[in-house]
Amino acid sequence: MRVEQISVFLENKAGRLAEVTGILSDANVNIRALSVADTSDFGVLRLIVDDNAKAERVLKENGFSVGKTSVVAVEVEDKPGGLHRILSILTMAGINVEYMYSLVVQRNGHSVLVFRFDNIDGAVSLLKENGITVVDGSKVQSM
Amino acid sequence: MILDIGFETMPREDLEDIQVRRLQATVERAYYNVPFYRANFEKSGVKPDIIKSMDDLKRLPFTTKADLRDNYPFGMFAVPMDNVVRIHASSGTTGKPTVVGYTARDIKTWAELMARALSAGGAGRGDIIHNAYGYGLFTGGLGVHYGAEKLGASVIPVSGGNTKRQIVLMKDFGPTILTSTPSYALHLAEVAEEVGESFKNFKFKFGIFGAEPWSEKMRTELEEKLYLSAVDIYGLSEVMGPGVAMECHEAKKGLHIFEDHFIPEIINPETGEVLPYGETGELVFTSITKEAFPVIRYRTRDITSLNPEPCICGRTHVRMNKVSGRSDDMLIIRGVNVFPSQIESVLMGFEGVAPHYQLIVDRIDNLDVLSVLVEVGEKLFSDEVKILQDEAKKISKNIKDYLGVSAKVTLVESKSIARSEGKAVRVVDNRKI
Repeated sequence: MRVEQISVFLENKAGRLAEVTGILSDANVNIRALSVADTSDFGVLRLIVDDNAKAERVLKENGFSVGKTSVVAVEVEDKPGGLHRILSILTMAGINVEYMYSLVVQRNGHSVLVFRFDNIDGAVSLLKENGITVVDGSKVQSM
Repeated sequence: MILDIGFETMPREDLEDIQVRRLQATVERAYYNVPFYRANFEKSGVKPDIIKSMDDLKRLPFTTKADLRDNYPFGMFAVPMDNVVRIHASSGTTGKPTVVGYTARDIKTWAELMARALSAGGAGRGDIIHNAYGYGLFTGGLGVHYGAEKLGASVIPVSGGNTKRQIVLMKDFGPTILTSTPSYALHLAEVAEEVGESFKNFKFKFGIFGAEPWSEKMRTELEEKLYLSAVDIYGLSEVMGPGVAMECHEAKKGLHIFEDHFIPEIINPETGEVLPYGETGELVFTSITKEAFPVIRYRTRDITSLNPEPCICGRTHVRMNKVSGRSDDMLIIRGVNVFPSQIESVLMGFEGVAPHYQLIVDRIDNLDVLSVLVEVGEKLFSDEVKILQDEAKKISKNIKDYLGVSAKVTLVESKSIARSEGKAVRVVDNRKI
């Protein structure tokens, strides 16, 4: 049920993000989702791609520090209150969202959001109990 | 004013007589009371009785900062602890500080020499001395303080920091002498301006600046911004503290070394060969009156030259020119001695940080700013920004706790630090001194 996310450390300098997308593009890696968390000095780029192994390899070859983290992809109803319902369930159970961002494409008419939880297993079973679709890693990559 | 006419203007021949006698006594005491000196002399095949004239000094072996460190904390003391009344310490190269001790007589001698120094710098009875050198293990604050009291001046023991309050005190108390590091003095001028005050309206006549090297250009700047006459003071805790050498305000051209207490030599730092007057090399000191912590041919690592020409002030003591650099990699940041190796040992405490780091020193608004660039390798990296920020904060805090100097830690991409021949360039000093 987990999705593997790749993260890259970037200095806050012009052109660094383009360098990453260039490397991935040259390697024919497709980006499914991404987010950037930034500070005044540096940023962390988080990516869901269609080929993790290849992406990790080409980024490392180009001198980037690459990390791997498990995240959860969740279907969210594309209507008012869709996200709120999910967050309410998690909040009641005391599960913390470290960060979240959304996939570029829709699935089954739903938006797909990527979550990083402090308690992944707890979050996944809780969401399932509440009838919320958690999307499998392989499915996210091939969407 | 020359405080001690007898010693400070003594003819050179008489001075040398005194130096030889004091040197003989110091060498003998060091040899018999400090195991390190005895072993060091034996290694060089010399005994204390080889000192017949000043020329024999060069036959003695050098003492280095590493020797002091190896004998941490009290191994270099030449008197029993019963007779040590004061301990000071400065930062060392690998974490352990360099510890120095003083007998009651040493403290008295130091106060006398500091009084001489303050007097040479234009201070006297009736002056109010605003002493912004740090008080504590650092010798600056207490050294000036005792000298000021000995001189009979009024001393404000304000120490470093709390700059806005210092401006208020300067305005209200009307001090006439400022003692501080030159960079802090310039910072004071800026803060004064920020709060709508000006040194123009203060009563300062002289500023006695030391604990870090400064240039003639900086003298001009200090004099223009602080409306005072700026003079240089030199010292290091291993030799005594401030008051080893002092510029006279009459000439402002080199610092008179108090040669009745300290014998200077200039050596080639590579070969150890003694260089004649006028040539530039590493300054070496031998103390000849200290009881608790005598030093014999101590290598300061400061680069300068000696000038024996008579001075218009009347002092006969040789002058050292302003220190122009170091023969090792020590940095002086806001008066604090920092060795890159000390920062490295802090970074070693964090998994995955060393050896990929770089120190950058800038002078921003006249204050030294130390930045530490740390490469984020796989081990340090996290996809969560707050974890990375916490790590940077922790590194910064440890540097502060351990070295007493604030550092801004900046995380950079791996392999982004410039390397020369595969080795990262450790230190970039952008300060223009």
